[in-house]
Amino acid sequence: MTTKSQAVLDWIDARFPLTSTIKGHLTEYYAPKNFNFWYFFGSLALLVLVIQIVTGIFLVMHYKPDASLNASGVPVAFASVEYIMRDVPGGWIIRYMHSTGASAFFIVVYLHMFRGLLYGSYRKPRELIWIFGTLIFLALMAEAFMGYLLPWGQMSFWGAQVIVNLFSAIPVIGPDLSVVIRGDFVVSDATLNRFFSFHVIAVPLILIGLVAAHIVALHEVGSNNPDGVEIKKKKGADGHPLDGIPFHPYYTVKDIVGVVGFLIVFSFIVFFAPEGGGYFLEFNNFIPADPLKTPPHIAPVWYFTPFYSILRAVTYPLLGIDAKFWGVVAMGAAVVIIAFLPWLDRSPVKSIRYKGGLFKAILAVFVVCFFILGYLGVLPPTPGRTLVSQICSVIYFGFFLLMPWYSKIDKCKPEPDRVTG
Amino acid sequence: MSVDQKVDAGRRQLLLVTSAAGGVGAVAAAVPFVASLTPSERAKAAGAPVEVDISKLGPGQMMTVEWRGKPVWIINRTKEMLESLKKTDGEVSDPNSDKPMQPEYAKNETRSIKPEILVAVGICTHLGCSPSDKFKTGAESGVSPDWAGGFLCPCHGSTFDLAGRVYKSKPAPDNLEIPPHKYLADTKILIGEDGKA
Repeated sequence: MTTKSQAVLDWIDARFPLTSTIKGHLTEYYAPKNFNFWYFFGSLALLVLVIQIVTGIFLVMHYKPDASLNASGVPVAFASVEYIMRDVPGGWIIRYMHSTGASAFFIVVYLHMFRGLLYGSYRKPRELIWIFGTLIFLALMAEAFMGYLLPWGQMSFWGAQVIVNLFSAIPVIGPDLSVVIRGDFVVSDATLNRFFSFHVIAVPLILIGLVAAHIVALHEVGSNNPDGVEIKKKKGADGHPLDGIPFHPYYTVKDIVGVVGFLIVFSFIVFFAPEGGGYFLEFNNFIPADPLKTPPHIAPVWYFTPFYSILRAVTYPLLGIDAKFWGVVAMGAAVVIIAFLPWLDRSPVKSIRYKGGLFKAILAVFVVCFFILGYLGVLPPTPGRTLVSQICSVIYFGFFLLMPWYSKIDKCKPEPDRVTG
Repeated sequence: MSVDQKVDAGRRQLLLVTSAAGGVGAVAAAVPFVASLTPSERAKAAGAPVEVDISKLGPGQMMTVEWRGKPVWIINRTKEMLESLKKTDGEVSDPNSDKPMQPEYAKNETRSIKPEILVAVGICTHLGCSPSDKFKTGAESGVSPDWAGGFLCPCHGSTFDLAGRVYKSKPAPDNLEIPPHKYLADTKILIGEDGKA
């Protein structure tokens, strides 16, 4: 570096921790050398967050959160989305990037969470990273749900109607709470406007804050790896972990490979299948919201369906309170219980590589059940399907609640001293 | 900090009192923000009653009108439809309409003022979807082979009979709501006002 630019850098560093931040988080952040493809999804989640924020900023320039009818009798909000699709130059691709980005976000985040499950990334000392992550997942669900109301189509309207009514199931305060959420006695213009405000300002701010906390906590304790052994335990003479390599340039370059692969798939969907077969953009949402008529079959977008199935699976009243309330409790618990994993897993090893057959079998059953729940969530309920979803819900909770027991009796292999590459 | 490491109780107390006062201020400042989330005066005023002419509603037909942003159904029930209510008495969870889901004058066998005319809010008491009408009986209805006619909620499968009474062990906890209403003339109904309240 020339002395002049060095002088500028010194001037900045005396006033702002620029060089030390870059060192601490990139060039001298030592990450385990044995990351595999599962480790793409964290950086990809960050990429999708950026895509959503940038496309969102441009969509807000043309979108109008207004439920009143225009001169042709179409709700203004619905018409403004169609206007973006048809009349705004480049509008269609920005909107499809945003709508596809929502589904991509959940695909990437679900895989990112599963990676944590595989390699025990939630175990000590990474409990707080995991809790921040669960909160990010919750914020993401709120963000997606409120964003889905904005096009003001049939699924937007009735989906919001159902989910907001979930809150009315809470004893005593429920009915008033749901009125406060809607800002009206029915889902209306007031609801649309506040969801717009939350979707574009409040939740994104929370999300960015949580993501920052997630990464700061990660960089404080260091990354886990597919072997689940702590690289900080074996340090070289230079004080750096023997099995660690600087995040930049090694993992920035590796992550670019992931980004390229991701963008190929993402672009393919945006250009050739933006509706995702009715799963990314539901067909009924191309019909403007009609408060008088529920579509014959309503289902949430695919990423909510496993939890929606758990909600529907509860059909028994308990303690004198409706089944509806317990369904809501079960759905909430299904998300919140994820945060408790660090204390539920009592296995002597972190990674699936050294866990025994018992854990592997139970994890496989859990994954199958999660997919079945997701599949049943898009279908209309029948007595047979309800029974299957009840069984799968019990297995879902069993995976977590019985973990202290089965993770202890599982016959694990000894962990290696160092990563195996 | 002086060499003396003892806590100055007087200053500590001042700190607590000022923090508490600040906390009260913060809570007070939150009041208008929370208040702004509740329904506005305009939203509260939007519940004007709706007048409906039912002279063209033939036996077995149903019409939907909007009241307070919700669908309100008016169904002209046939003799057979009314007969079916006796059959469903044993299958619904609140056959005598004991829960307060209707005004006093509709707390009867048919849940209506005139036996044949049912006026009900077409919103499922589970999570607020609007059930679809399934007036055909038996297997033809697609609901169940012994279906007596009624409504099926597409969202979570709750079923209601032709008086809007919910069947047992369904997700919906209550019968469909009967809105306040009154007859202005023989074929004219005012929904949203009954002159009682």
